[in-house]
Amino acid sequence: MKKIAVSFKLNGQQVDTLVEPRELLIHTLREQLMQTGSHIGCETSHCGACTVDFNGDSVKSCTLLTVQAEGAEVLTVEGLAGDDGLHPVQEAFMEEHGLQCGFCTPGMLMRSYRFLQENPNPSEEEIRMEMSGNLCRCTGYQNIVKAVQYASNKLQTTKGDA
Amino acid sequence: MSTTDDNIERENELQGIGCSRKRKEDPRFIQGKGNYVDDIKLSGMLHAEIVRSPYAHARIVSIDKSEALALPGVHAVLTADDLKPLSLHWMPTLAGDVQAVLADEKVHFQMQEVAVVIADDRYIAADGAQLVHVEYEELPALVDPHKAMNSDAPILREDLVGKMDGAHSKRLHDNHIFTWDVGDKDSTDRAFDDADITVKEDMFYQRVHPCPIETCGCVADFDKINSKLTVNVTSQAPHIVRTVVSMLSGIPESKVRVISPDIGGGFGNKVPIYPGYVVAIVASIVLGRPVKWIESRIENLTTTGFARDYHMTGELAADKDGQIKGLRVNVLADHGAFDSCADPTKFPAGMFHICTGSYDIPNAYARVDGVYTNKAPGGVAYRCSFRVTEAVYVIERMMDVLAQKLNIDKAEIRLRNFVKPEQFPYNTALGANLDSGDYHTALNKVLDAVDYKGLLIEQQEKRANGELMGIGIVTFTEIVGAGPTKSCDILGVGMFDSAEIRIHPTGSAIARMGSITQGQGHQTTFAQIIATELGISSEDIQIEEGDTDTAPYGLGTYGSRTTPVAAAATALAARKIKAKASKIAAHLLEVSTDDLEWDIDRFKVRGVPGQEKTMKDIAFAAYNNLPEGMEPGLESIDYYDPPEFTYPFGAYLCVVDICKHTGETTVRRFYALDDCGTRINPMIIEGQIHGGLTEGFAVAMGQELSFDEKGNIQGNSLMDYFLPTMVETPHWETDYTVTPSPHHPLGAKGVAESPHVGSIPAFTAAVVDSFSHLGVTHMNMPHSAFNVWQKCNELGIDQHK
Repeated sequence: MKKIAVSFKLNGQQVDTLVEPRELLIHTLREQLMQTGSHIGCETSHCGACTVDFNGDSVKSCTLLTVQAEGAEVLTVEGLAGDDGLHPVQEAFMEEHGLQCGFCTPGMLMRSYRFLQENPNPSEEEIRMEMSGNLCRCTGYQNIVKAVQYASNKLQTTKGDA
Repeated sequence: MSTTDDNIERENELQGIGCSRKRKEDPRFIQGKGNYVDDIKLSGMLHAEIVRSPYAHARIVSIDKSEALALPGVHAVLTADDLKPLSLHWMPTLAGDVQAVLADEKVHFQMQEVAVVIADDRYIAADGAQLVHVEYEELPALVDPHKAMNSDAPILREDLVGKMDGAHSKRLHDNHIFTWDVGDKDSTDRAFDDADITVKEDMFYQRVHPCPIETCGCVADFDKINSKLTVNVTSQAPHIVRTVVSMLSGIPESKVRVISPDIGGGFGNKVPIYPGYVVAIVASIVLGRPVKWIESRIENLTTTGFARDYHMTGELAADKDGQIKGLRVNVLADHGAFDSCADPTKFPAGMFHICTGSYDIPNAYARVDGVYTNKAPGGVAYRCSFRVTEAVYVIERMMDVLAQKLNIDKAEIRLRNFVKPEQFPYNTALGANLDSGDYHTALNKVLDAVDYKGLLIEQQEKRANGELMGIGIVTFTEIVGAGPTKSCDILGVGMFDSAEIRIHPTGSAIARMGSITQGQGHQTTFAQIIATELGISSEDIQIEEGDTDTAPYGLGTYGSRTTPVAAAATALAARKIKAKASKIAAHLLEVSTDDLEWDIDRFKVRGVPGQEKTMKDIAFAAYNNLPEGMEPGLESIDYYDPPEFTYPFGAYLCVVDICKHTGETTVRRFYALDDCGTRINPMIIEGQIHGGLTEGFAVAMGQELSFDEKGNIQGNSLMDYFLPTMVETPHWETDYTVTPSPHHPLGAKGVAESPHVGSIPAFTAAVVDSFSHLGVTHMNMPHSAFNVWQKCNELGIDQHK
């Protein structure tokens, strides 16, 4: 099958790939670009393990063709931590025991990262609604909710300090 | 600083048992640095895609693979005919049966493995699978297990026709697998004959699937030069996989390395050995290149490792005060097309004999008959210890049915029948030996916490208004920690577990176990055990599991066996080190070991302040300054054969409100009190309980793998199969009591499965209780809005009046 050149920004770095038109973004990320943090749990956009940040939206990368990423800015869990250390959502999941097997975690983190920009001070009900595209089989979600609240507080405090 | 402050500081420094230590697994997972099977990419690696049957029961007329083989990038297409010369077209199951690796002349369930395509990448492999043309001759399907033993039932297993000596008992029909029974049938029958009152209820525990977010898969890599096979696999039991692979392939076990890397949840789904693993291994051996097989979600839900599918009849005999005199349980177990249940060899119905629950029941008898149907094989323990979930469900439902019949409060009838604290250890009528418990305290604590009396009054008021509110109570006892090797084995290998600890000269340590974490946090908690035992800070202890080349042999992690077995091995291995350390300390301090006392992280000479050696001092001395004749080094290994099972218990209370017009159930309150004995890491315990309760909620409220009359599976993607999101999932309240196990070195019992086992009947109990004033005694799961609405409709209460 004829391949197409696709260029986009991944975690701040320019990447150039050659893909079949049918190739899914999650496969390009994991198998060509070796960014295996984003996971595949269903390939039907139900579980959210493959959630990445795509031009400022949370997107399930199993439901996006790589060719659609031309010129896009993509952020995955590998790009969350900065030079100054972990992102507050990462710290929060660790502090609040918001993960167990870790398989859904990258998707959860990427969704929390975007959601807390959309709604910096959410209620528990809002967290549960807006994070409901990401499934977890281990935690029962209660500590994930707490982690998102922790990150929300931390992000707001840091903002206040700055 | 006073001695006490110093002690507290040193104790805190260790982060030992009882401390909510943050998890050591997390830093890599939150930064995308986990290493799951599908993350592994080896040079020259090929991909496998399985061609599957569209029919539940059919004869394979022909397989044409020429078109697939002609596709550029396809390296091989294998069918049963290709595996036959290697005798690998069938494989043994853990349950004493055989299972087709690739369908041999016939398919027995929808989506059964028929052929495998090996190609350069997953896209080409999938294309190739589409080009394998299989011609089938459809046969009548056997879907209803109740019809399996009819004289006119289609015979499924032609390989077993006439072989009436089954692995576990005589077979009564060509579709019959085994009869397993336990207890005194005659005395139980007499108890029923003599009883004031008897109750009976049929219940169906539907077929469900553990559905971890990571599906099953493997990367097989056969090194032709060294004849060494390495298999990275999603396995909860890597050492058993190594043994089985060696037996199947003929490769010496010393040249088979099985690695369970990070596992994205197991819940029982990742205990068995699946055809996909075998074909990837065969393909790697044949082609001399690494081969990866990763199942899709639909393949996962349809073909690997279902759970339950028990058709149960429970009966209780009691006096008029509700004192139980006898229990009778009869089960028809639908095992699908091959008996590939993952139970200890001698327990074809697992630990179902725990169905006497937490109660002092003098007479009991249980019988389970397993049959074949045209459905996927499995029968794994979905977050439970081998059929304990089913056993707890039947007894807890029957307690409610009895209470309802006698008009005795559900809590009261339990309090009247509990095994009393002074009766432990308690031998049940079905042969379980309950190690310890205090059931009265647990239930009373829950009733107080939720204001049970207040809830009952509220329920009366609601009922008077025509509203539906239900209260469910469950007081379960599990049997976990398989198990004593005198009774428990998998393929002949006793169900011990192991730990090996090495203390380095500078006082840090590495320890390896035969278990494998899948989210339970072993790297965190095992270090805590060693920290407390040896006085080395948890931070200085590395835990490794899952690589059969380095870890000692163990039977793996499932059935809540890791804390009861591997953690006991860890404690005992540490105690061996401590015994040697005490001799070294005595030598260094020039006293007798009798003069020493242990104090958190050091040996002290009794009564002589300042005369002491820390474990760090001793570690260094173990490599340079030893008593005469002592071997250098500070290492130990322990293979722990548990003397008994452990019996965690708990008391759960669930409150639901049901909308009679839509059938929607809202879980208003769920209070879970667990007693798992000694608590190693309370944070992790609580996390495990949240997770187990949520999986229980999923099973009770929505999960079901159902089939039409032709054996077509109805709903095998996450569109249909219920995994609760954050929105549906209730808020959990947790509590605990601590009744240590008397025979476990740490007093710990295991915890992660209790919430699944205990919560499922609690949801059913609450839903049924919403209708109990209308004469309803039982409703089968799942309690979806549609199913509950049907009950409302049947009772004529769904319409606005």
